[in-house]
Amino acid sequence: MRNLFAVAVLTGIYSFLMASVMLVLDAPDVALTEASVGAGVGTVLLLGTLYLTKTDEARPIHSVALPLFVAVGTAAILIFGVTGTPPFGAADTPVQLAGPDYINRSLPETGIVNVVSSVLASYRGFDTLGETVVIFTAGIAILMLLKRATPPGAGRKD
Amino acid sequence: MNEFVDLAGRLVSHYNQWITVFLMVSGLYIVIARGNMVKKLVGLSLFQTSVYLLYLSAGKILGGTAPILDPDFTVYSHPLPHVLILTAIVVGVATLALGLALVVRINEAYGTIEEDEIFKQDDDRA
Repeated sequence: MRNLFAVAVLTGIYSFLMASVMLVLDAPDVALTEASVGAGVGTVLLLGTLYLTKTDEARPIHSVALPLFVAVGTAAILIFGVTGTPPFGAADTPVQLAGPDYINRSLPETGIVNVVSSVLASYRGFDTLGETVVIFTAGIAILMLLKRATPPGAGRKD
Repeated sequence: MNEFVDLAGRLVSHYNQWITVFLMVSGLYIVIARGNMVKKLVGLSLFQTSVYLLYLSAGKILGGTAPILDPDFTVYSHPLPHVLILTAIVVGVATLALGLALVVRINEAYGTIEEDEIFKQDDDRA
């Protein structure tokens, strides 16, 4: 597909479908975030970039043999790795060991019914602080990058 | 025969992992094979969503429900992967925005967002 507008629209649809998969996987908070931030903001950012740059992709000149080889090789290693993981949806896996602890302690310790909220804002509050720092840094970097991006001949004021 | 049933059962019970692996290597392939920088970033976000799927499917319990406490339910999926992926989604969009800003800047400097044309311009200049 050479038209990048179609790519942006398909990416938005993909994000939205991924949000519904997340809903099926018992993660409504994550599904809402993916639908609003991933499908919404992400698509807006892609479309904005296409407005500022080119909307058509050039024909590829390289052979796809090497990327295909790397991808298939990685797939083989990953498939070898995941055969050792527990089956989907099992309750007695090592991942699930800490789950009941969070579920049982959330209401008495924080008074919050939604366990995801209590973990996000209370038990792992520093993670959320770090996330905010990352967004802040990215925002500053974008402002610095785009401030220089005046079109040639428009005359810089600084 | 028994071995075949065992293998088939193992294939079916890990189907979430096959989808994850497929999405992950598709993203990897797009990042390596495509010269267009917007498409590279789309491939990168495809790669990221495969990681979201890996985490969320590890936390899922069949027959469980979303981790919002209610007297009617006793089995809940693990809340910790949900929190980690919430953070990862927002950070992923922040990095996507930064990458797209870089693409806009590169387009201002080179007049193209194709990797091959940028390398060619650099070679001509050198």
